[in-house]
Amino acid sequence: MEQSDCIVFEGSNMAECHPVAFRWPMRAKVEHGAKLIHVDPRFTRTSAMCDIYAPIRAGGDIGFLGGLINYVINNERWNTNSFFREYLLNYTNAAVIIREDFKGTEELDGVFSGLMKYSGGAPEWPYDGFLGAYQTDSWQYARHGEEQGQPRGGEENAAPGRSTAQRPVRPDEPLDEVIRSLRKPVPLRDDTLRNPRCVFQLLKRHFSRYTPEMVEQVTGCPQATFTKVAETILENSGRDRTTSFAYAVAWTQHTNGPQVIGCCALLQLLLGNIGRPGGGIMALRGHASIQGSTDVPTLYHSIHGYMPAPSALKAHQSLREYLATEGTATSYWANMPKFLVSYFKSMYGSAATPENQFGYDWHPKISGDHSHMPMFVAMADGRVKGMLCIGQNPATSLNAGLERKGMRQLEWLVVKDNFLIETATFWNRAPEVESGDVKPEDIKTEVFFFPSAQVAEIDGSFTNTQRMLQWHFKAADPPGQCRSDPWFTHQLALRLKRLYADSALPRDEGFKKLTWDFDPDDPSKESIPGEPDLKKVLREINGYYTGDPTRHLAGFDELKDDGSTTCASWIYCGVYPAADRNLAARREPDPPGVPGAELNWGWAWPANRRVLYNRASADPQGRPWSERKKWVWWDGKQWTGYDVPDFSLTKAPSAPGNPKGIGLDAFSGRQPFIMIPDGTGWLFNSSGLLDGPFPTHYEPAESPVRNALYRQQSSPVLKYWKHDGNPLASVGDPRFPYVITTYRLTEHYLSGVMSRWNPWLAELMPELFIELSPELAAEKGIRNTDWVRISSPRAHIRAKALVTRRMRPFRLGGKIVHQVGMPWHWGWEGVVTGDVTNTLTAMVGDPNVSIHEGKAFVCNVEKA
Amino acid sequence: MPEPMGFYTDTTVCIGCKACEVACKEWNQLPATGGGRHEMSGDSYDNTQRLDGIHWRHVKFVEQFSEDRNDGRWLMMSDVCKHCVRAPCLEVCPTGAIIRTEFDTVVIQSDACNGCRLCIAACPFGVIDINPASDTAQKCTLCYDRLQVGMEPACSQACPTDSIRFGTIRELKQQAETRVRQLHQLGERRARLYGADQKFLGGLNSFYLLVDEPETYGLPRSPRMPTRNLLPSALLSTAGAVVIALLGLVGLRKRLMDDRAEPREDADV
Amino acid sequence: MPLSRREFLRVTAAGLGPGTALGSLAGLGASLTPATARAQQLRIKDAKATPSVCPYCAVGCATIVHTVGNEIVNIEGDLRSPHNQGTLCPKGAAIYQLHKNPNRATKVLHRKPGATKWDEVELDWAMDRVAELVKKTRDETFVERLENGRLANQTTAILAVGGATLDNEWNHLQQKLLRGLGIVGIENQARI
Repeated sequence: MEQSDCIVFEGSNMAECHPVAFRWPMRAKVEHGAKLIHVDPRFTRTSAMCDIYAPIRAGGDIGFLGGLINYVINNERWNTNSFFREYLLNYTNAAVIIREDFKGTEELDGVFSGLMKYSGGAPEWPYDGFLGAYQTDSWQYARHGEEQGQPRGGEENAAPGRSTAQRPVRPDEPLDEVIRSLRKPVPLRDDTLRNPRCVFQLLKRHFSRYTPEMVEQVTGCPQATFTKVAETILENSGRDRTTSFAYAVAWTQHTNGPQVIGCCALLQLLLGNIGRPGGGIMALRGHASIQGSTDVPTLYHSIHGYMPAPSALKAHQSLREYLATEGTATSYWANMPKFLVSYFKSMYGSAATPENQFGYDWHPKISGDHSHMPMFVAMADGRVKGMLCIGQNPATSLNAGLERKGMRQLEWLVVKDNFLIETATFWNRAPEVESGDVKPEDIKTEVFFFPSAQVAEIDGSFTNTQRMLQWHFKAADPPGQCRSDPWFTHQLALRLKRLYADSALPRDEGFKKLTWDFDPDDPSKESIPGEPDLKKVLREINGYYTGDPTRHLAGFDELKDDGSTTCASWIYCGVYPAADRNLAARREPDPPGVPGAELNWGWAWPANRRVLYNRASADPQGRPWSERKKWVWWDGKQWTGYDVPDFSLTKAPSAPGNPKGIGLDAFSGRQPFIMIPDGTGWLFNSSGLLDGPFPTHYEPAESPVRNALYRQQSSPVLKYWKHDGNPLASVGDPRFPYVITTYRLTEHYLSGVMSRWNPWLAELMPELFIELSPELAAEKGIRNTDWVRISSPRAHIRAKALVTRRMRPFRLGGKIVHQVGMPWHWGWEGVVTGDVTNTLTAMVGDPNVSIHEGKAFVCNVEKA
Repeated sequence: MPEPMGFYTDTTVCIGCKACEVACKEWNQLPATGGGRHEMSGDSYDNTQRLDGIHWRHVKFVEQFSEDRNDGRWLMMSDVCKHCVRAPCLEVCPTGAIIRTEFDTVVIQSDACNGCRLCIAACPFGVIDINPASDTAQKCTLCYDRLQVGMEPACSQACPTDSIRFGTIRELKQQAETRVRQLHQLGERRARLYGADQKFLGGLNSFYLLVDEPETYGLPRSPRMPTRNLLPSALLSTAGAVVIALLGLVGLRKRLMDDRAEPREDADV
Repeated sequence: MPLSRREFLRVTAAGLGPGTALGSLAGLGASLTPATARAQQLRIKDAKATPSVCPYCAVGCATIVHTVGNEIVNIEGDLRSPHNQGTLCPKGAAIYQLHKNPNRATKVLHRKPGATKWDEVELDWAMDRVAELVKKTRDETFVERLENGRLANQTTAILAVGGATLDNEWNHLQQKLLRGLGIVGIENQARI
């Protein structure tokens, strides 16, 4: 970001939520005059640092970004400057022709072709939540030698996959043959970009109604401000200048979050800002290892390294069928058999053999959406009996009243944390218990609380938001009975291993075969008895040669699909290349004054690359786009530069792609996007997203206004879990006239577990508050610091008023819409306490990733 | 002899994160108000409100918005002891507990302080107050202990955006003047330095770049010595104060040792 | 700029040491005898420095933990880090209080079904009991095949949440154990 000429913060309050990372935008601003822009419903500490503040009401992001896209593609400089055209034609799918039966939102008034009623899912698990679903055949590329209209699979990589295999498989078929057979004919293209079915023309048409006037009507942002943002971004994009975007959960926590991010990616591809220094889209993630816990997935939908979890609902009944369903013949993903087999070897060790499909049958198959919201709804229905809660606080989470109702149905609950958190005391101190509505005697849950060790009391690694692993070393023993989280899971596993040791049941065989070799070689050296050897864990993640655990794998190029390598996470392969080389523990900064990517500080996946798809930082001939924006280039013999090149090292820019080739062999020297099946950045998403190939503005599930752009009000495929305690307000419900958004403060963290117990932080922000404009406050007779009652269709809570002109009323069409905002860090435990803001939120979410819509919903506000 | 050292605070890059407040408390082991239990002030995001014996750094927030929101800014400033070149506190201190260090900074030696409060009244910036944990007057020491071993003060080291800069006064003034010129060129004509010259109190070894009148930030326009005639008597009393200080040392030391047995924030939580 | 500033400081400091003659007002005499004021005690003198990482947001600020024996005495930013260069936010600056905090829980607690209070229990007993309950629930609810005959080998009756604030190594152990048991309800904060 320090190399950016313009940085747009949208969906992020970076100065408040990532203050130290904000050091770099500030340095870009002070040292080389980079322009900073904040697009947000509230004037925050980030806005205060920016050159332009563009106010938009919560839920208007695609309206705003779509407006920028429309502005850019109709801009004269963009249409005449050779850079944009060269980048677009070579590095994106702008020229690709889409099937003739595809229809867009212009034809169908806000939806795409293929919309159906949702009919998937297992009868045993009625919690998928889908309102509708798309059949995506018509969204596919038109290809040489293929008849239009014939159904076929998508282009997807590891994103939400198809349900049917691309072709039938034979039980003894070599795994690489399965992949090879998925090779598709080359797509049709029109490099003049004039064909009305080409992606660029479809895009132009799709965004044509996102005019500055419409942006103002949808978002409330004055046209003049919007235009200033658009011009500033354009001025700072091109051969010699780059613009970056930073977002956080204010883009993801919507019923169309991935589409907001996709919309930004689309804009950045149009502007040539992907794969280049000072460009890109920064996902500012919010937990120390939230990236790590996605890569090393404690998430239901994915197994290590972004491979989809095997599913009973898809054609995943055998290892080969899984590959025939999820595999792709082109891009680096063609190596999936190696990743997958090495993963199964890490699970079942020597018991995983070619004959038993490397233990594939033992591995559980998911049977629908088992994510946070449906699991808690199922819990409220009594279908979840036990919960392990380690470092999370669901008693204060989404529609918290419903989550706590779920917890009251549990037979047992284990909570492990640093302090006695709300989730541990849901049965004796929650608001419904304090009010007498629920009696502890009636709650039959057996509850355990285990105190935790903290970061300085344990070895281990976090993966930060830039995919960088950093090892932290234990500095002191934890007090009392505090134990590390690995200690807990390791000890639980050892006990369960003992309990199942004598079982002869077939269904227990997989667990009996699960390898579990993490005891330290010399337990007497451990000051805490029973602590696992965390370097052994890292070794299993990194991988080693099956025959010799002392021979670590140096990188994912060494992986094999025959069982001779074991590797839990192919993307982390290389972090621990030798027993004495834990690269996550490196702390060697670059020498001052030398341009570089700090490659000896920690280790970033994949292969220690810092900028992904960095081949795009050079022009199609392999030369840096400009001296100022030099990053990775072709030196005549190989790719070189400041970063690890994200490309086949010796593939010349002039090398043609092999039309019959597999993996990267299929790509020419000009296709930078090596993880994407056609090697280009996608302006149009044939697959991977369940809610449309182009981003489209939909209103949040709860909104005071009608969709100004289309008849379709909100996403036709969003997820909503109908349940008592989870009602939604209808459009414009007069009982809930205000838009509310929720957020974090610099001074606190999450539900406050790591901050409200901490006196130094507690005194900085002691009480829960609601930010509202003086206009709304006057209307409601509320003065600064008055107690206010905030209600949503789910619940009502109390908070103190913070009346400030940093909040403003929005004019949407002819209507004044008030926007309020609340931080969500409070609960009933801790040094400072307050009501739980999340009690107000609804269980409604995005179809792709089941993330809830906490950033935009409706409420009422009254003086308490 | 090292050159005079101090802080230059560029308020235009302060993001109001309060890292300085907490880093100061961590390093100096200062307690939180009421053990953290405390009321929201309603004054923007400022809940600690002032500098005192347990808040040696304090971040001010000033919201300036026109009714139509066409003009608006949110000013933030991390405030601290000014380490005045002619420091009223030092000059009135009867026990000599307040010293000027080799870095030209002003430090209260807690164990020589008898809690007489003269310095509190003398400070034109309202910086000093009694720390209830020690019952002595306390304020920013400019991390004298860290300076002595070549470490930067905790607050400026922590500052994510380098709003608080530490260094030699000579270098800091150059940086500050360059920044003022840059801001003027960018059209921010209101940019000015506060305390960087010798107009008052001989100059401040903690000076500021502001973009509004000092009063906007709660700073006095022309701070001065409280009462000129207080000084001679204070100087005369120095000898007696040394005796008092020495007598006090025994008891104080004992108390300090006891305190040290457990972390100080415990005392107040 | 911070690097040059800090480099400069180190150079300046090289010539200094504790006990250097006091400053420009030394003329005041006896009152300036360096009495050992609390603020002048260097808390990290003789402390051991251990590299660590901030456990709050995902920026990954590098820190240094100072310990004397088994006692943490200070945690501050690591000046060498190219990412945070010694800086921290208020939460990062307060990591010390995550560890050294009188409110910190240090005992294992157990609440029986329907009970109105906690009991303090032994760690080993509690671990054994949790293992029994996991096994019981798994065994009662395990599904080998769905009604349509498809292979599942799973249970949806156990939910495990947490992990985004915890180490990669724990995440690996946790998801491996759960998937090994057939538990599919595995979630962390990345979703919410």
